[in-house]
Amino acid sequence: MAQTQTARQAGGTPLVELRDISIAFGGVQAVDAVSLDLYPGEVVGLLGHNGAGKSTLIKILSGAYKKDSGEILINGERVEIDSPADARRHNIETIYQTLALADNLDAASNLFLGRELTTPLGFVDDAKMEAETRKILAKLNPNFRKFSEPVSALSGGQRQSVAIARAVYFNAKILIMDEPTAALGVHETKMVADLIHELKAQGLGIFLISHDTREMMELCDRVSVMKNGQMIGTERVEDVTEDDILSMIIMGKNPKREPVPA
Amino acid sequence: MTDHTSNTATDNVAAHGGQGPRRGNLFARFVGATELDTRLLGMVGALALIWVGFHVYGELANGFGAFLTPRNLWNLTVQTSSIGIMACGMVLVIITRNIDLSVGSILGFCAIIMGVVQVNILPQYLGLGHPLIWIIAILCGLAIGTAIGAFHGALIAYGRIPAFIVTLGGLLVWRGAAFLVARGETISPVDPTFSLLGGGPYGSIGAVGSWIVGIIGCVAVIGLIAFGRRQRVRFHFPLRPIWAEAVLAALGCAVVIGAVQLVNAYYWPSGIVRRYAEAEGITVPEGGLEISHGFAIPVLILLAVAIVMSVVMRMTRFGRYVYAIGGNPEAAELAGINSRMMTVKIFAIMGFLAGLSAVVASARLNSATNALGELDELFVIAAAVIGGTSLAGGIGTIYGAILGALVMQSLQTGMVLVGFDAAMQRVVVGGVLVLAVWLDILYRRRSK
Ligand SMILES: Nc1ncnc2c1ncn2[C@@H]1O[C@H](COP(=O)(O)OP(=O)(O)OP(=O)(O)O)[C@@H](O)[C@H]1O
Ligand SMILES: [Mg+2]
Repeated sequence: MAQTQTARQAGGTPLVELRDISIAFGGVQAVDAVSLDLYPGEVVGLLGHNGAGKSTLIKILSGAYKKDSGEILINGERVEIDSPADARRHNIETIYQTLALADNLDAASNLFLGRELTTPLGFVDDAKMEAETRKILAKLNPNFRKFSEPVSALSGGQRQSVAIARAVYFNAKILIMDEPTAALGVHETKMVADLIHELKAQGLGIFLISHDTREMMELCDRVSVMKNGQMIGTERVEDVTEDDILSMIIMGKNPKREPVPA
Repeated sequence: MTDHTSNTATDNVAAHGGQGPRRGNLFARFVGATELDTRLLGMVGALALIWVGFHVYGELANGFGAFLTPRNLWNLTVQTSSIGIMACGMVLVIITRNIDLSVGSILGFCAIIMGVVQVNILPQYLGLGHPLIWIIAILCGLAIGTAIGAFHGALIAYGRIPAFIVTLGGLLVWRGAAFLVARGETISPVDPTFSLLGGGPYGSIGAVGSWIVGIIGCVAVIGLIAFGRRQRVRFHFPLRPIWAEAVLAALGCAVVIGAVQLVNAYYWPSGIVRRYAEAEGITVPEGGLEISHGFAIPVLILLAVAIVMSVVMRMTRFGRYVYAIGGNPEAAELAGINSRMMTVKIFAIMGFLAGLSAVVASARLNSATNALGELDELFVIAAAVIGGTSLAGGIGTIYGAILGALVMQSLQTGMVLVGFDAAMQRVVVGGVLVLAVWLDILYRRRSK
């Protein structure tokens, strides 16, 4: 952790820089001129009430939505992310809030969807993909057994495990996790926390969205709070208390920067 | 080895969530060990019921059960080909939550174009009976079918017009266009080589050819089972017990060999034998010449389409994406799949297969008429749906659709044989369609 802070404090280039990102759906300004950055080996948490615009913001980075204005920099260079494929090319992997799994396909087909392993003849190599899936899921969720069933037959937590496995399998440099532990049991949540620490140590940058303030204080280096599409503020977790964050979420004001008028 | 396999058999059952094998009877154990699809077994059972039912009914009512005869079953396979070929494409369309109501009209339009090309246009330039005529005609038909399908697909994917509307429009447009091209005339006779593709005594491959096909089929069955087992060993997946593999191989080969014997048991009609003998300068012996039909060419075309499409659906990325789009269109997009382009391709394939069906249907009729393929869209959709393709998307198989086509055609043929009139036939076919879908819904709800 000390290392990453020096990287950031030393004014190194951020892994990702979002500048003045805006997007509107019809009349709703879902994200309004939001700026945010992320350094290697850092976990940045996104908090905010329901409908604050967190998912929409990260979906712009993952290529699911096209921003109306603003710019995205990766390793200091301006990039255009117009599709999920573009994002994957920049080693951005995403665990969507909705999980984005094809219910009728099995775990392996979902894990490799769009990036199937193929035999020399160009046919999909199902056996190989299943073997790889067994390997990675053994790390994430050792109790996982249902490899040949469609994921519609899995529990919410098992489905979430598949989505997490997919995001971490492909050597991401930037990982986006939109409420990854929402459906997980205590034990599985702990495993995801361990995973986040491990990935962080490997130098990945992680955007983490969650409603659990305590969990965020433990996992993140910095937390950002959004409200009604706007960025209220970004603080290092050591500089704030859980109550500060809660009041940012609820009041939409940053107590650190806008002292209550006397 | 035996130890290992018996162990994994139970693993396997657990992995597949199959209930029963432990506590169950012999049948349940058989299904569990062979991993046969119970749906498939159900459909085969329904088909057997229809066949035996019509045969027995014919015997009781008319004193002659005409259904389970080589002649009728051979004809049944030929009649199934046109619908079956298109059903293979309709599966993809329906899996991706679309529908194509225009296939019958595309078939009609392609048939008319091919008729005009080979009867009115090409003979002028190449001379009547030129060996290139049938090839060029077929290429025209396939190209036009593909182009129409791709055009429909583009309107649906990029124009965002619902498939129902685009293809409903297509249903009217292409039927009308077929009429305009030929001014409603029937175009015949088609090129003699072309007409072989419709079947008939000359359009079949005979006894020896059929045995060759049969042997290739058996080798393929055994090869597939062996390959599947090797893959499972390679990755240490649960194995089927050896006896189950053997039973599967034996069953597969028995079906293939049975089919060969069946088509070889249907002999040429004596009139055609006489003409053939005269032309070839053979003297027909006392008891008459027995020349087997063997597999009809349209049936082989259906078989080839089915194999290619099954490979595409199960073993290629394209097939995987078809299922993914049907299962969750949003997830497919997020996985980087270009679902609009996929829609164009899927409808292009559907159009291509409608063009291929047009070849088979007009060759069989030895002419192209304006009404060719009318109502086919309903039979094709019914075949796919009876074969287990879910209208909600994401689920469906090629073999199911072909079995569905066989069920539809068996009903149709059976009713003609026992003397139901056209009105009654429609009542039954419509009722069966609804019943089949209802049973399917019940089956799915129970297996959940
Ligand atoms: N595809 C869309 N079309 C129209 N409006 C949308 C769309 N996606 C999001 N919105 C709107 O944008 C706003 C932000 O939504 P978003 O999903 O980003 O919220 P969130 O912060 O992720 O909330 P939650 O905590 O509930 O996940 C909401 O008002 C939502 O209704
Ligand atoms: Mg959200």
